[in-house]
Amino acid sequence: MTIRHVEHVMGTVFSFDVRHEASERITSAIEEAVAWLHHVDALFSTYRPGSPISRLGRGEIVPESCPPEIVRVLARCAQVERDTGGYFTLMPGGRLDPSALVKGWAIEHASALLAAAGARRHSVNGGGDVRLGSSPEPGRPWRVGIADPLRPGTLAAVVSGTGLAVATSGTAERGHHIVDPHTGAPATALASLTLVGYDLTTVDAYATAAFAMGSAAREWVEEQDELEAFAVTSSGAVWRTSGFHRYAQL
Amino acid sequence: MPIRRALLAVLATAVGLVLLLSFKPHDVSQAAQPPAALAQKQSGTTPAQGSTPAQGTTPAQGTTVTGDPADTRWGPVQVAITVSGGKIADVQVLQAPDGNRRDIEINDAALPILTQEALSAQSAQIDTVSGATYTSEGYTRSLQSAIDRAGL
Repeated sequence: MTIRHVEHVMGTVFSFDVRHEASERITSAIEEAVAWLHHVDALFSTYRPGSPISRLGRGEIVPESCPPEIVRVLARCAQVERDTGGYFTLMPGGRLDPSALVKGWAIEHASALLAAAGARRHSVNGGGDVRLGSSPEPGRPWRVGIADPLRPGTLAAVVSGTGLAVATSGTAERGHHIVDPHTGAPATALASLTLVGYDLTTVDAYATAAFAMGSAAREWVEEQDELEAFAVTSSGAVWRTSGFHRYAQL
Repeated sequence: MPIRRALLAVLATAVGLVLLLSFKPHDVSQAAQPPAALAQKQSGTTPAQGSTPAQGTTPAQGTTVTGDPADTRWGPVQVAITVSGGKIADVQVLQAPDGNRRDIEINDAALPILTQEALSAQSAQIDTVSGATYTSEGYTRSLQSAIDRAGL
C-alpha cells in the first residue's frame, strides 16, 4: 500500500511517498512527476551554464524568448518580492537565481500530478520542503518532523495535518547562505524557520524571506493569512506564531 | 520492495540530517546528546529512552554489508550497514570526504546519532522530515547499494 520513490535531482533528494496500491496509472504519474523535476532542473539550474536561466542571467536571451515556465516563475518571484518587502529577491548576491522559489513550485506541481492521477494520499519531500496530500491512512494525518538545527539528529517539533505545505529555511542547509538583501550581510538571528501553509510555491519562498527578516519574521507571518511559523533562534530559543498550535502535534 | 524503499528513505533522511547538522564543528561536539526532543514531542508519557527501543534490544552482532563507494563533489563516500533480524541495526560511514573539513565535518560522535535517528524516525512514526536538506547524493547511492546487497 506504500510506493516510495527517491530521486536525486536539482542538487538535492526528492522523495515520493504514495499510499496507494501500485497501478499503471499511479506508477506513470510518479514517472511523470520525476520527469517534471528533471525538466525543471534543466530549465532552472544555475549550475548549468547552458540552462535558459543561466543564459537569461548572462543577458544572452530575453525573458520573452524563454520557455513559458520561466516567465511564470519570474512573475511569481516578482510577486513574492513585493509581498515580503524585498526580503525575497530574484537576484541574491546580484545574480539571477530563482532557486528559493523554484523548488517549492516544482514540488507543488509534482503533487498536483499525483493527485490528478488519483493518488491523493501522498507526500512529496524535496530537500526538506514538504507537500502533503490527503491522509496517509484513514483517521491519521501525516506527521512531519521539524529538524532541530542546533541539536544534530533531533527534532524540534512535529507538524501534523493533511494538504499542508511545510518549508524550513536555515543555516543548516548550506552554511550561512541566506543573506539579508537589504544589508548584504548573512542573516544570523535565526537558526531555522519553518513555515506551514497550503501552497508550497509561496511557503518555500516566504520561508527564505522570513529567515532573512530574523526576529521581525514573527510579526510579518502573523499578518499573513493561512501562514504559521515555528522558529529556533541562534541562541536556541523557540518561538511560534499564534496559530501554529493548530498544526503542532504535542 | 516497499520495505526496502522505506528503509532507504528513512536512512537517507537520517544520513542527510546528520551530515547537514554536522557542518559546524561545534554542532558535532553536541552529537552525543540523545534525541530527547523527538521523544518529548511524540508523547508526553514516553521517556526519552522509550522512543529508541532498538538501542537496547538490538544485539550488536549481525551481518555487515558494505555499500559501493560513491563519488561526491567533496570526495568518495562509502557506508556499511549491519543487518540483524531482517532490519538495519547500524550504519557505519566507512569513507567520508575529508578534503575540505571546513565544509563537512563527520566524526564518530555523529554515527550513533545517525543510527538512532533512523530508528527513532521509524518508531515514532514520523512520515518525513522538514529542514533536513540533503545535498550529498553519494550517501544515498552507497546506502542503496548496501541495502540492495543485503536483500532487504
